[in-house]
Amino acid sequence: MNLFAIFSEALGALRQNRLRTGLTMLGMIIGVAAVVLMLSIGQGARTKITETIAAMGSNLFIVVPGATSSGGFSFGSGSVRTLTINDAYSIADLASVSATAPVTSGTVQLNYAAKNWSTIITGTTPDYFIVGNWKMESGTIFTDSDIRSAARVVVLGAITAKNLFGEEDPVGKTIRITNRPFLVVGVLMAKGQSLTGRDQDDNIFIPITTSERQITGNPFPGSIRYMLVQGKSAEDMDIAEIEITQLLRQRHRIGKGKENDFTVRNLTAIADVATDAAKIMSIVLGAIASVSLLVGGIGIMNIMLVSVTERTREIGIRMAIGANQRAILTQFLLEAMMICIMGGLLGLLIGISGAWVISQVADMLIVITLGMVGLAFLFASAVGIFFGFYPAKKAASLKPVDALRYE
Amino acid sequence: MAMNISAEPLIRIEHLGKSYSLQDAYGHTITNPVLFDVNLSIRYGEFVAIMGQSGSGKSTLMNILGCLDTPSEGSYWLAGEDISTLSNDQLAHIRNQRIGFVFQGFNLLKRMTALDNVAMPLLYAGIHRAQSRKRALELLCRTGLEKFSQHQPNQLSGGQQQRVAISRALINNPPLILADEPTGNLDSQTSQEIMQLFQKLNQEQGMTIVLVTHEDDIAAYAKRLIILKDGRVIVDKNNS
Repeated sequence: MNLFAIFSEALGALRQNRLRTGLTMLGMIIGVAAVVLMLSIGQGARTKITETIAAMGSNLFIVVPGATSSGGFSFGSGSVRTLTINDAYSIADLASVSATAPVTSGTVQLNYAAKNWSTIITGTTPDYFIVGNWKMESGTIFTDSDIRSAARVVVLGAITAKNLFGEEDPVGKTIRITNRPFLVVGVLMAKGQSLTGRDQDDNIFIPITTSERQITGNPFPGSIRYMLVQGKSAEDMDIAEIEITQLLRQRHRIGKGKENDFTVRNLTAIADVATDAAKIMSIVLGAIASVSLLVGGIGIMNIMLVSVTERTREIGIRMAIGANQRAILTQFLLEAMMICIMGGLLGLLIGISGAWVISQVADMLIVITLGMVGLAFLFASAVGIFFGFYPAKKAASLKPVDALRYE
Repeated sequence: MAMNISAEPLIRIEHLGKSYSLQDAYGHTITNPVLFDVNLSIRYGEFVAIMGQSGSGKSTLMNILGCLDTPSEGSYWLAGEDISTLSNDQLAHIRNQRIGFVFQGFNLLKRMTALDNVAMPLLYAGIHRAQSRKRALELLCRTGLEKFSQHQPNQLSGGQQQRVAISRALINNPPLILADEPTGNLDSQTSQEIMQLFQKLNQEQGMTIVLVTHEDDIAAYAKRLIILKDGRVIVDKNNS
């Protein structure tokens, strides 16, 4: 039996009924295109979230001052400034912690030449940029000696730099922050939105000491708004959390049974939730798309069954002149598989172009991997074999005498 | 396969019976016998006509002879081989190599050229396409259809279609040609031409031809006449 010859017989049969072949193929095209599109959207979302999390910095805790209450009223988290710079420094010495960054913040008006801009000012230490995984566009960050001397130096976020300087290089220039001159030492690389959708690039950073003494002022000297803490390793995040809590309770002299006056939040755990959500989303999208592939497969089975019935006499003739069951089975299976594979290839093309269009129009990140393409293709072939086998088997097991007599 | 052509006939049938089982409305199985105790021996090079009224079992006999159907009882040896012991694949191989079929309704594949129709059995014999087309063209030349090799069946007359079908039956050089009312759909002039072609094949190439017909003038071409009635052979004689 010559497989190539049977292949061309199958191709000939498909050509004889172009419209039907095309319509059956359409089921496959839509199915595969949908799967590719949905997988690429899902994968895009996951990649985006992974990037955002990487930009946020790894193994992060945020420690915020705790709630206070008075006369039965709770004032909410941060209503009392119980955390200090020294708390941050002592946490940095813990074995399970690699760095901490105390943060104060406020809103300020900036001037450079004739332009002015209002933005968020963050007073912090150099570790902030390490903990937050910030990268420099140009210049450097401020140093520990700047902290000690409360120097008037500033690092600009990407958006702020662009709004204030346009195409000009800000490094070495002097801007005015609430009318005090500050030397720009560096510009940060853009990070985009945070997981919560906040713009992370419209801001400026100055030494925490400078901020406290000269810009925002502070009714409780040494207190901070919050601090970022970076754990040494992802495995020891639980230990780090316990150590931070114990240390702060000790430093704040909180007796047994009393509530914490601060809150330690694991940002990595929040990131994990986002990652899981994206994963579930891509699974759900893929599953929905697979249904259309399944429907396409059932369509193929349906048409192949009709085709076998219609061509009963042809099958009888082929058997009479010497086709064995395997030859008949192979031909009908090849017909189903060709529909699937050609439909699969077209669907792949449409899916990929669709994904490209979406990425352009909706400005979404779309990721197409070779594995995805392979999966869709494999799936299409599997559908062909699975749904093509029964009709082909039916054709092959016809009795020659009955098939020949069929009108 | 070792066989002695002179000793062993091409077709040997002993006590052959065929019945069909049906289910009636109450689910009982009804056995409907079609052939009873048929004994037959056909030697190489014979030209046999099988006649009989409709329902006499002649088509059933043809289907069994052609290995399209299997007997319920008795034995059938084709060229010394016991057909009842063969698998479906082996039967397909026998149909491909040893038997050429010619049908009343021509049974050509539509939307396929005459050439491809003739070459079709070689596809299942595993012969290369180029070679099989060459052989198909030779046969179309022999049956006088070389000009029509690229025509599709619906572009040909009935007589031409039957010639294509005969070419197809001949392509594997089978020892046996089975023709089931080959002139049934043809006018008398064309019928005569087709029968002359069969006669030529029998006389010049020594092909064994078994023909089913219900027309006396068609049966007259054969050298031996077998008449079936109600599933039994009632006449088996030389036809002169």
